Amino acid sequence: MAALPDTLTGYAHVYERAHINTDEIIPARYLNVHEEAELAKYAMEDIDPAFVKRVLPGDFVIAGDNFGCGSSREHAVWALRGAGVKVVIARSYARIFFRNAINNGFLAIECPEALEVVGTGDHLELDLVAGRLRNLTSGREAAFVPLSDFARELIEDGGLLPHIQKKAQAGS
Amino acid sequence: MGMTMTEKILAAHSGRDLVRPGEIVNAKIDLIVAHDVTTPPAVAMLRKLGINKVFDPSKILVTPDHFVPNKDIKSAELAKQLREWRIEQGIERYYEVGNHGICHAIAPEQGHVLPGMTVICGDSHTTTMGALGTFATGIGSTDLAAALATGELWFKVPDSMLFELNGRLPFGVYSKDIILYIISKIGVDGARYRAMEYRGNGLASISMEARFTITNMAIEAGGKSGIMPVDAISEEYVRARTKEPFTCYESDEDAVYTERMTIELDQLEPIVALPSLPSNGRFIGEVERVKMDQVYIGSCTNGRIEDLRIAAQIFKGNKVANGTRAIVVPATTEIWKTAMREGLLEIFADAGCVVSTATCGACLGGFMGVLGAEETCLSTTNRNFVGRMGHPSAKVYLASPATAAATAITGTITDPRPFLQ
Ligand code: SF4
Repeated sequence: MAALPDTLTGYAHVYERAHINTDEIIPARYLNVHEEAELAKYAMEDIDPAFVKRVLPGDFVIAGDNFGCGSSREHAVWALRGAGVKVVIARSYARIFFRNAINNGFLAIECPEALEVVGTGDHLELDLVAGRLRNLTSGREAAFVPLSDFARELIEDGGLLPHIQKKAQAGS
Repeated sequence: MGMTMTEKILAAHSGRDLVRPGEIVNAKIDLIVAHDVTTPPAVAMLRKLGINKVFDPSKILVTPDHFVPNKDIKSAELAKQLREWRIEQGIERYYEVGNHGICHAIAPEQGHVLPGMTVICGDSHTTTMGALGTFATGIGSTDLAAALATGELWFKVPDSMLFELNGRLPFGVYSKDIILYIISKIGVDGARYRAMEYRGNGLASISMEARFTITNMAIEAGGKSGIMPVDAISEEYVRARTKEPFTCYESDEDAVYTERMTIELDQLEPIVALPSLPSNGRFIGEVERVKMDQVYIGSCTNGRIEDLRIAAQIFKGNKVANGTRAIVVPATTEIWKTAMREGLLEIFADAGCVVSTATCGACLGGFMGVLGAEETCLSTTNRNFVGRMGHPSAKVYLASPATAAATAITGTITDPRPFLQ
């Protein structure tokens, strides 16, 4: 549907710890609803209750290894997106979180060195073409694994469901 | 170069002779299991797109489990949406409250899971069902919606890791201890994106119920699935429940595994995973006798009848310690009834335990035993992440039902073996 831009800019919220799990991103006590705007009020509550007060539309979340491990709740992606997060950049992802992200057309970038070059509040530029994360505040850079063709296609189609519809309409 | 059983199942379901790890395939799904938390959002997505019919109602099984009997008004709405949707879609395999059970326990128990199948559910512990030689994996609501509409789903063919189980478990040591041991060795992301395959002569002495506990926790090592070959034990389990035909897949001799690990079962001891990672497993001798405010016996990991029998054996004639609460949650209604007939419920009640109907309940901090600030709980569930069972400052320890029962009696973390003599 919409081609991805070549670059994105935003401000960083850094969570260095590995294994930030979906119970922290959106605690189960809020799973009795699934409206994005409602979930957004509680994003990251169990790791950083002040996150939703600070986050602004277009911000980036930077995290360590195995981000989004634990339950399969897609509510974790919705809560982050609802809170305004534009992209998550983690050292690595838990499988289901990554899958849920691209199925929603939400950018999840794997960048092994992100934590080394980014601090909270830094202004960042993500160059999706060159596969580089640039810290506009400090001038430091890190390379990341470019999106696979499959992931890019899903994200550009707006997620898995629009992707399937597109394919059905094309008769393939 | 041969294929693993996981690769064979994925190949057979995507019309291919051969698949290799890393490839993306579109696989046909044989069984979709739907519960009350992740299904309503999937249904809402389909409605929004104007997709009003599921691909095949006979391939779907619906059971409310997470927040039933309804925990509050909002979760009542979720359960209601699930109920109305299944009627509208003509889905017959439905387990209403009163016949219900935790999805990963009830689906195999009622004979819906067969070897060789592909099974998905919007729940990370779907890996449980792999113990029957099935490819079973957890997915999110969008995947669920896509599969409900088309009967297919994309998968990246996972690498496989091989775990060879040798020998026999010693007295007082259970399959929960095996999986906690493995996760303590490889870490919570040690099997990320991979299939965890088990084999070895040790399997012959591990019952079907005990095997489910092992595959249940594949996700706690980051695994995409857990899988075991079909043998006499699993075949008997399936045959006792259904007449449907099935296909058994075996890994080739020259199949490729990214890692191999051998576990000598007779070397194991009861294990407790300390807060707040499932990989914090320690042999009980190295664990401090921390006081527990609560003990929780249940969940899709350890809420089956064998688990309850072991716990009851320890509770019999004993009392839950002063200052500790013990909660027992059979995983399905059928298990609850069997426990009643065998007199286990009476033993629990006499010991001072609360016995609940089947529910996910406090396993995910829902209800029926949620923890307050700073509280401690030893639980037979699968996950002890920060905030998992309630307040983020609560501390959850994971262990087998035997260790849980012994701990309930003394009020501090306790080796179950003396209680079993
Ligand atoms: S019992 Fe716990 S782990 Fe199992 S499905 Fe329910 S919430 Fe998930």
